[in-house]
Amino acid sequence: MDYLLTEEQIMIRDLARQIAREKIRPVAAEYDVEGKFPWDIVKILADSDLCGIYIEEKYGGTGGGVIELVLATEELSKACGGISLAVAATALGTFPIILFGTEEQKQKYLPDIAKGKKLAAFALTEAGAGSDAAAIATTAEKKGDYYVLNGTKQWITNGGEAEVYTVIASVDRSKGARGAAAFIVEKGTPGFEFGKKEDKMGIRASATRELVFTDCKVPKKNLLGKEGMGFIVAMKTFDQSRPGVAAQALGIAQGALDLTVEYVKERKQFGKSISSFQGVQFMLADMATEIEAARALIYAIARMIDSGAKKISRDSAMAKLFASDMAMKVTTDCVQLFGGYGYMRDYPIEKYMRDAKITQIYEGTNQIQRGVIASSLIKESAT
Amino acid sequence: MSIKVINEKCTGCKLCIKACPFAAIEVKNKKAEIDLDKCTLCGACIEACKFDAIVLTKISPSEIDFPRKIEEHKGVWVFCEQKNGIAQSVAYELLGKGRELADTLGVELCGVLLGENMKNEAQKVIHRGVNKVYLVDSPMLKHYQDEPYTKTLIKLIKEYKPEIVLCGATSIGRSLISRVAIGIHAGLTADCTGLDIDKESRLLLQTRPAFGGNIMATIICPNHRPQMSTVRHKVMKEAAVNNHHRGKIIEVNYDAQTYKSRTKLLDIVEEIEETVNLTEADIIVSGGRGLQNPENFKLIEDLAKVLGGAVGASRAAVDSGWKTYSHQVGQTGKTVCPKIYIACGISGQIQHLVGMQSSEVIVAINKDPHVPIFNVATYGIIGDLFEILPELTKKFKEVLKK
Amino acid sequence: MNIIVCIKQVPDTVDVRIDPETNTLVRVGVACIINPFDMYAIEEGLRLKDKFGGKVTVITMGPPQADEALREAISLGADEAILVSDRAFAGSDTWATSYTLARAMHKIADYDLIICGKQAIDGDTAQVGPGISAHLEIPQITYVKKIEELNLHSAKGIAHSVIRAERMTEEGFEIIESPLPCLITVVKEINEPRLPSLKGKMRAKKAEIKKWEAKDLDVDPALIGLNGSPTKVVKIFTPPPRKGGQILRGEAKEVASKLVELLKNEVI
Repeated sequence: MDYLLTEEQIMIRDLARQIAREKIRPVAAEYDVEGKFPWDIVKILADSDLCGIYIEEKYGGTGGGVIELVLATEELSKACGGISLAVAATALGTFPIILFGTEEQKQKYLPDIAKGKKLAAFALTEAGAGSDAAAIATTAEKKGDYYVLNGTKQWITNGGEAEVYTVIASVDRSKGARGAAAFIVEKGTPGFEFGKKEDKMGIRASATRELVFTDCKVPKKNLLGKEGMGFIVAMKTFDQSRPGVAAQALGIAQGALDLTVEYVKERKQFGKSISSFQGVQFMLADMATEIEAARALIYAIARMIDSGAKKISRDSAMAKLFASDMAMKVTTDCVQLFGGYGYMRDYPIEKYMRDAKITQIYEGTNQIQRGVIASSLIKESAT
Repeated sequence: MSIKVINEKCTGCKLCIKACPFAAIEVKNKKAEIDLDKCTLCGACIEACKFDAIVLTKISPSEIDFPRKIEEHKGVWVFCEQKNGIAQSVAYELLGKGRELADTLGVELCGVLLGENMKNEAQKVIHRGVNKVYLVDSPMLKHYQDEPYTKTLIKLIKEYKPEIVLCGATSIGRSLISRVAIGIHAGLTADCTGLDIDKESRLLLQTRPAFGGNIMATIICPNHRPQMSTVRHKVMKEAAVNNHHRGKIIEVNYDAQTYKSRTKLLDIVEEIEETVNLTEADIIVSGGRGLQNPENFKLIEDLAKVLGGAVGASRAAVDSGWKTYSHQVGQTGKTVCPKIYIACGISGQIQHLVGMQSSEVIVAINKDPHVPIFNVATYGIIGDLFEILPELTKKFKEVLKK
Repeated sequence: MNIIVCIKQVPDTVDVRIDPETNTLVRVGVACIINPFDMYAIEEGLRLKDKFGGKVTVITMGPPQADEALREAISLGADEAILVSDRAFAGSDTWATSYTLARAMHKIADYDLIICGKQAIDGDTAQVGPGISAHLEIPQITYVKKIEELNLHSAKGIAHSVIRAERMTEEGFEIIESPLPCLITVVKEINEPRLPSLKGKMRAKKAEIKKWEAKDLDVDPALIGLNGSPTKVVKIFTPPPRKGGQILRGEAKEVASKLVELLKNEVI
C-alpha cells in the first residue's frame, strides 16, 4: 500500500531497512542468546543520524516526529524487536523533555540524544505501581535547591545503559496522582544506582533493570514541568510513544511473515511446496491483511500526532492495542507454519513470538488500553 | 610521461633547485637541467617556476603507440613468475598450455625469467620444454616490484616481439601484466580458463568466465600484438619435466634506469598458517555459520589435517570473526578450484558458490535439506555435522593409514 | 589531502542473463550496486579524509544511470562526484577504460592518492586500477590490506609525502612504501565500510554530479571506446549450470563410510 511518504521519510525507512538487513539480522540471534546490550548497533544508528529523527533540527535532530520514529522502529524491529528498542525506549525517555522541557533543559539534553551519544530511559513503573501509575511510592522531597529522591523503579528499559532518565516521583503522596512530578536524573548522580538486570522471555537484547534511589539529590532545575504534573507528563508521553510500541509490534509481525513466506515456498511436503496448500495460503493472506490494517492505523495516528492534534489518547491506545494483539497472533501462526522447525531455537522464528509478547504488556497493558478507549467512548456519549 | 625545460623561458633563477626534493636539477649555462635518473616527475619544480619554463606532459598517445606490425610478432611467451628464486608452479602450468599453442602455430615457446642468480632456474624452465628462456638477471630484480618488472618486460617485448604472452593471474601477475599491457597498447584478457588458436586467422581465442562464472566470453585481439592473457593457478596442466630437453638461455640486460623503482619493498612477511595456502590446495574443507562458534572450527581443521588440505570459511564465518579473511572463499574472498571441496554448515549463498563451484568434486554437509549448497554438491549429506565430521576424520584416518 | 576513489556500478545479482539476439548482457531490471570492493575503497578514502582532512572525489565511468552509484558514495561522505559518460566510450575494454579514467584524473590534476577496489565483481579482471596508474605513470600498490602509515609533508610540496602499506600476497603480505601521488587497490580486509547517514542521503539527493564527456577530457579518439580497445568479445555463452548429485542419508557412521568410499580414489 502506498502511504504517500515524503522523500525524507522514504530515506529514513530505506536506511533503517538497510541497517536491519545488513547489521542487525546477522547478529540478532547472538544478542538474543547472550542478552547483551547492542552498543555496536547503537553506534551504527547514531552514525546514520537515526537517533535524532524525532528531534527538532535546532537541537541536532533531523526534525521529524512520531511518523519518522514509527517508520524506523518498524524496519529495525523486522530484524530484531529487542535491538530496535534501544532507540524506541530512548524516545520514550526523551518525549517528556521535548513536551515539557524548558529551553535550557532541551539545549542541555536533546543534542547528545539526537546524535546518539547518549541514550535515555523513562522510569515510572514500580513493584506496586505499574498500570496503576497513581500508586507510585518513590518520593521526591524538596530541600533547598534540590529534590531528594528515594525509592525503586522496576523493569526500566535501557536501565543502566542510558545516561538520561526521566523519573516520575511523588512530591506529596497524600495527593495521589496529583502529587507526582517528573525529574531528569543523570546517570552517575550520587545516590542513583542500578539493581539487577532482568532475564526476560523476549526482547533480550534490550536492557531491563531496576533503578534504585537512595537520598539522591537532583537539582531543582531538573524538574520537568511543575510539581504535581508528573502524572500528566507520563500520560502525554505515553500518548506520543504508543505508536512507537505499535510500530515495534508491526515490525516484529512483518519480519516474521517475511521469513514465513520464504519458508513455505521452500518447504516441501507431499511432493510440493507447502505454499501451494490452500490452508497455508489462507493463513498467509489473513496475516498480511491484519499487518496492513495495523500499519494503516499506526501511520494515521502518528501523522495525526505530528499535525499537533490534542485529543490523541484514545487513537494512540487503539494503535498500540491492535498492533500488539495482531503481532502476537501473527507470530504464533508463523511458528505454526514452520511446524516442528518453528519450535526449535536453531530457526529464527520462535524469537519473534517471544519478542511480540511484551508489546501486549508494556507501556500500559492491553487491558489498560481497552480501558482508555472505553472510558473515552463513554465520556463522549455522555456529553 | 616526460618533463622538460623550455630553454627560451628559463632565466636560470634556481627557484626550481630549491623546490626539488630529489636534488635532480642543476643550472648549467644559466639554464636549468633536469637529471631524469633522479627526477620522480613530482612536479614540485613546476609549481616553483615563475616563468612556466618547466612542463610535464603526462600522456602522449605517440609514446604509447609503438610500431606494431602484426606479422613481425612471432612466438609464444610465458612470464615465469619466481618467488625466492624459485619459478612458481603456475608458470609451469602456463608452459604446458603454451606448448600446445606454439605447436599449433608452428612457432617457438619461450619463457621469460626475471630475478637474481636465476641461471639454474632458467635451466629448469628449459626442462619444461621451452625453446628459449629470456633471462634478465639483476640484483635489482631479486623480488617482484611493479616498476622495474614492468619496464623490463616492456623492453623485452618491444625488442623480441612475441605474438602471445601468458602470465599467471596471481598477485604478481595481475599487477604486472596490466601495466605492461597499457605501456605497449596490447590487449589483455584476465583469468582465461580456455586458450586456443583459431587456425584460419591464427588468432588466440581466449575464453574466460565473467559474473562469477555465470557467463563465459570468448575474446580475441585482432589488431594488436602481443595477445596477452592471464590464467589462474591450477587451471592448466603443468608441462612435464624432460631433463634431456635442450633450449637456449638468452641473457638480456638493461641499464639501471630500467630497474629503478619509486616504490620500496621494505619487508616480505610470510604468515605461517596451520595449513596450506587455499589457492594451492587440492582439498579444501570449509566451515560456515552452521559450526555455531569458532571453537568448532577444530572439527574442520582435524579433517583438513588428515586429508592434507586447507581450511576455508564462508563469509558469514569470517564476518563473525571465527576465521581470518585469508580463509574466506567466495565473491569477496578467494576463488578456489580444488579437486575436492567439502562445505560444512555452509548454506551456499550465490556469493559463496561463485568462489568454489568450479571445484571438481563438491561435498556438502548440512542438516537443512533446503539449502542451495545441495544444488551444486556432487555428494550431499543431510545430517548433523557435529556427528558426521568426527566420523569422517576417523574413517579417512583409517583409509589413509595416518 | 585530495583523494580520488574510482568506483564501478555493477549488477547486484550474479544471476545475469544474456540477450540471445544481441549476445549482450541484459542489464535492464537488474538492480545495480557499487562494486563491493569499491565500497572498501570509498571507506578507506573517507577514513583518510577524517584523519588528514582534505576531500574525497568519487569518479566512475559508465552509463548515465551510474549517477546513482555516485550519489550513494556522497551519502557515505564523499565530497564530490564525477560521472565520465559518453556514447563514444561505449565498448571500452580495460585498456580504453583505464585510458579514459586516467585522462579524467589528469583533468582533476590535483590529487595525492587514487584508491580503487581490487577488482570488479562483474568482470573480475583487476586490470583497470593498475591500468590507470600505468597511464598516469604513477607508482601503485595493489591488494592493499592495511595502510600502515601516511606522511603528508605539504610544506615542501607533495613530493615528500609517502604512503606505507601492506600488500596482500598468496603467502602473506609485503610492506611497500611509495611516494605520493600513488594509486592503491584495496582488498576487503582493509576496513569495514560504513553505512550512509540520513544527512548524507539528503545531501546526495541534492548534490551536483559533474558530467564529463569525451570532449571535456582531451582524449585521443583513436584510444577510446571500441576503437581504443585491443580486445573484442566474439562470443558470450552460458555454461551449463552445475547440477546437484547424489544425496546421502542415514546414521553418521554409515554416511561417513559411504563418502570415504566414494572419495577414496581422489584422496589417495
